[in-house]
Amino acid sequence: MTPEGMRAKGTTPGATTMHGATAGTATTTQRATVQGPAARTVATPAGPAAGTGPAASRAGAGPAIRVDGLTKKFGDFTAVDAISFDVRYGEIFGFLGPNGAGKTTTIRMLATLMPPSSGRAVLNGFDVVHQQVKVRESIGLVFQDNSLDDRLSANENLYFHALMYDMPAAEFEPRVREVLSMVDLLDRRHAIVRTFSGGMRRRLEIARGLLHHPAVLFLDEPTVGLDPQTRAAIWEHVKRLRDGFGVTVFMTTHYMDEAENCDRIAIIDHGHIVALGSPEELKASVGEDIMSVGAADPQALAPAIAARYGVEVNQGPDGLRFDVKDGAAFIPRLTADFPGQIRSVSVHRPTLDDVFLQLTGRAIRDEEASGLDQMRMHARAWGGGRR
Amino acid sequence: MNTRRTAKVIYAIWYREQVRFFRDKSRWLGLIIQPLLYLVLVGVGIASSMTFRGAAGGANVSYLTFMYPGIVGMSVLFTAIFSGVGIIWDREFGFLKEVLVAPVPRWAVAIGKSLGIATTVLLQAAILLILAPIAHVQLSVGSALGVLGVCALVGFSLGSLGIAIASRMQSMEGFQFVMNVLVMPMFFLSGALFPLTGLPVWLSALAHIDPLTYGIDALRNVIYVGGQAARVLVQYSIGVDLLVVAALAALLVLLGAWAFQTQP
Ligand SMILES: Nc1ncnc2c1ncn2[C@@H]1O[C@H](COP(=O)(O)OP(=O)(O)OP(=O)(O)O)[C@@H](O)[C@H]1O
Ligand SMILES: [Mg+2]
Repeated sequence: MTPEGMRAKGTTPGATTMHGATAGTATTTQRATVQGPAARTVATPAGPAAGTGPAASRAGAGPAIRVDGLTKKFGDFTAVDAISFDVRYGEIFGFLGPNGAGKTTTIRMLATLMPPSSGRAVLNGFDVVHQQVKVRESIGLVFQDNSLDDRLSANENLYFHALMYDMPAAEFEPRVREVLSMVDLLDRRHAIVRTFSGGMRRRLEIARGLLHHPAVLFLDEPTVGLDPQTRAAIWEHVKRLRDGFGVTVFMTTHYMDEAENCDRIAIIDHGHIVALGSPEELKASVGEDIMSVGAADPQALAPAIAARYGVEVNQGPDGLRFDVKDGAAFIPRLTADFPGQIRSVSVHRPTLDDVFLQLTGRAIRDEEASGLDQMRMHARAWGGGRR
Repeated sequence: MNTRRTAKVIYAIWYREQVRFFRDKSRWLGLIIQPLLYLVLVGVGIASSMTFRGAAGGANVSYLTFMYPGIVGMSVLFTAIFSGVGIIWDREFGFLKEVLVAPVPRWAVAIGKSLGIATTVLLQAAILLILAPIAHVQLSVGSALGVLGVCALVGFSLGSLGIAIASRMQSMEGFQFVMNVLVMPMFFLSGALFPLTGLPVWLSALAHIDPLTYGIDALRNVIYVGGQAARVLVQYSIGVDLLVVAALAALLVLLGAWAFQTQP
C-alpha cells in the first residue's frame, strides 16, 4: 500500500475509549491517537499544464463542470433542489450524502441520462442538454448498480467498452492488464461475469470505468462492499489518473474515510448542498475536539458539565457530547472533577460525520435509525442542545 | 461522428449479439426443437386428420411440404422479435446504461442490433434447412441460398420492429402484451399454417397487411422453385414479395433507429 493510502486510513479518527483506566494512562493513549497522522496534505489539483492525457481532452477554459440552479423533480417531489457548484479540472470532487440525498440523480443529469427539470449544467464546456454527444465524449461513468453484460466474459465486456469508446487497438491489451490487475481480476479475465461474486462484478465495473481516460470520470459509490485492499488499490489508480492524465473525478460516497481522499467535498442532503469545501475546511468548521462521556446518570451530569466548563452538552449516540480545545489533556481534569460519575470517556477529532451531524442534525450512517433521532430529541429537551 | 467510428459502434453491438447467441446453448436447442415440434406434432397431426385442399387444380401437395416454409418464417419471426425486444432485458439488468452513456449515436446502436439479429436469424435458417427432408422438401443450392437471404432480410425487419417496440417500453410487463397483440396474430395471419386462398374477406384483408405474409410467400417462392407442384400455393410473384420485404426492411430499420434514438 502506498503512503497515500496509509495516510487516508490513518486520518480516520479512531476514537479511543477508555473504560475504568486511570487518567494517566488514558492521556498517553489519547495523545498517541490524536497526534497521529492528523494533517493530510491536500494534493494540489493539477494545473492546466499538468498531464492532459490523450483521451482527457479539455474543451474551453472554464471549470470542468459548472452547475447552476440544477433541479430535478419527480412529480411533486424535488429530488435535487437548485444546486450550484463548480468542479475544477484535475480535482477529485466528492458528493457526500445519505441515501436518497440526490447524488445519483445529479450524476444522471450531468451524464445526459436524464434531463434536468430546470437549471443548467455545463461539462467540459458542453451543455448537458443541448450537446449530449459532446458531453458523453468527455465522460466516463461507473454506475452505482450493475451495468455489465453477465453473459459476456470480463474481457468481452472490456472489449465492448473499448470499441464503444473508440480506444486505439494497440492500447487495449496494456490497459486491460493494468485495470484488471488493479482490481485483482487478471486471472479471471476470460471467465463469464455470471460466475462472478458481487464484489468481483463491482471490481470489474470499476476496471471498465477506468479503461479509457475521459476528461471527467463519474464514480457513483464506487467502492461499496469492497474489501480494504481493493479500495486502496482503486484509490491509488484514481489518483494516478488525476495526476498523470489530469482526469477530473466526480464521485459520490457514504464512506467518510473515502471522502477524505477528495480534494473538495460537497455535502448534500434532501437535494440541497449544505456545505462545500476541502475535508480540512469542513472539519475545521466544526471546530474543536469532541468529547463523548458515558455517565452513570447522564441526566444529572449533563447540566453539571455544562455549568462547570461553560460548554453545550448534547446527548450523542455514544454518550454526552461536548467540544473542548485539547480533548486529550481535558480527560484527567474531567475525571478529577466528577469522580465516580464517569463510566467512559472518548475523544475524537471532528470527522466528516460530525460535520454532517452538525449541519443536518442527523448522522449520515444511521439514516434509518430513528431511535437516534428520538434520543436527540430528548437531549434537546433537557440539554438545550445547539442542534 | 465519422464513418469509421460509426462502423466501430455497429460492430460492437453486432459482436455482443453474436457472442451471446453462440454462448447460449439452450437457445440453440430451442431453435431446432420448436420448429421440429410444429412440423412433427402440428404438421403431421393436421395432415393425418384432414385432407389438404389448399392446393388448387388437384395438385398433390402434402400439408407438411406446405407448412415447412411457414415454420421457417415462424422461427424467424420469434427469434427476431424476441432479440429486438431483448433491449428491455438490457434495461432491466442495467447493461443498457453502459450503451446509453457511451459517446455514440444511438441510431447506430439500433442498426448494429438489427444487423446482429439478421446474422442470428441467418444462422438459424441454416439450421432449419436440415429439417427440409422431414417435410419432403428437396432444396437446390440456389433455393437454400434464397431461403437464407430472405430470412436474413425478414429478420432484419422484424428485429428492427422489436427494437422500436422495446424503445418505447419501460418494463417487462408490456412484453406479454406485445406477444399477444402483435406476434401471435402476425404468425397466424401470415399463411404459415393455412393457405390464404378462399378466406373470408376480413381475414384476407388482415393477412395482406401482415408483413410476415410476404416473407413467407417469398420463402415459398424460392423453395418451390422450378415447376414443383406446390407452386400453386404461392400468392405473389417473387418480385412483389421481395419488393415488399425490402421496403419493409428499409422502413422498419428507420423506425427502430428513430425510436431508439429518441427513447425517453
Ligand atoms: N426515477 C425516479 N422516479 C421517482 N423518484 C426518483 C427516481 N429516481 C430517484 N428518485 C428519488 O429521488 C431521490 C434521490 O434519489 P437518488 O438516487 O439521487 O439518491 P442517492 O443520493 O443517490 O441515494 P443513495 O445513496 O441511496 O444512492 C430519492 O428519494 C428517490 O426515491
Ligand atoms: Mg445513489
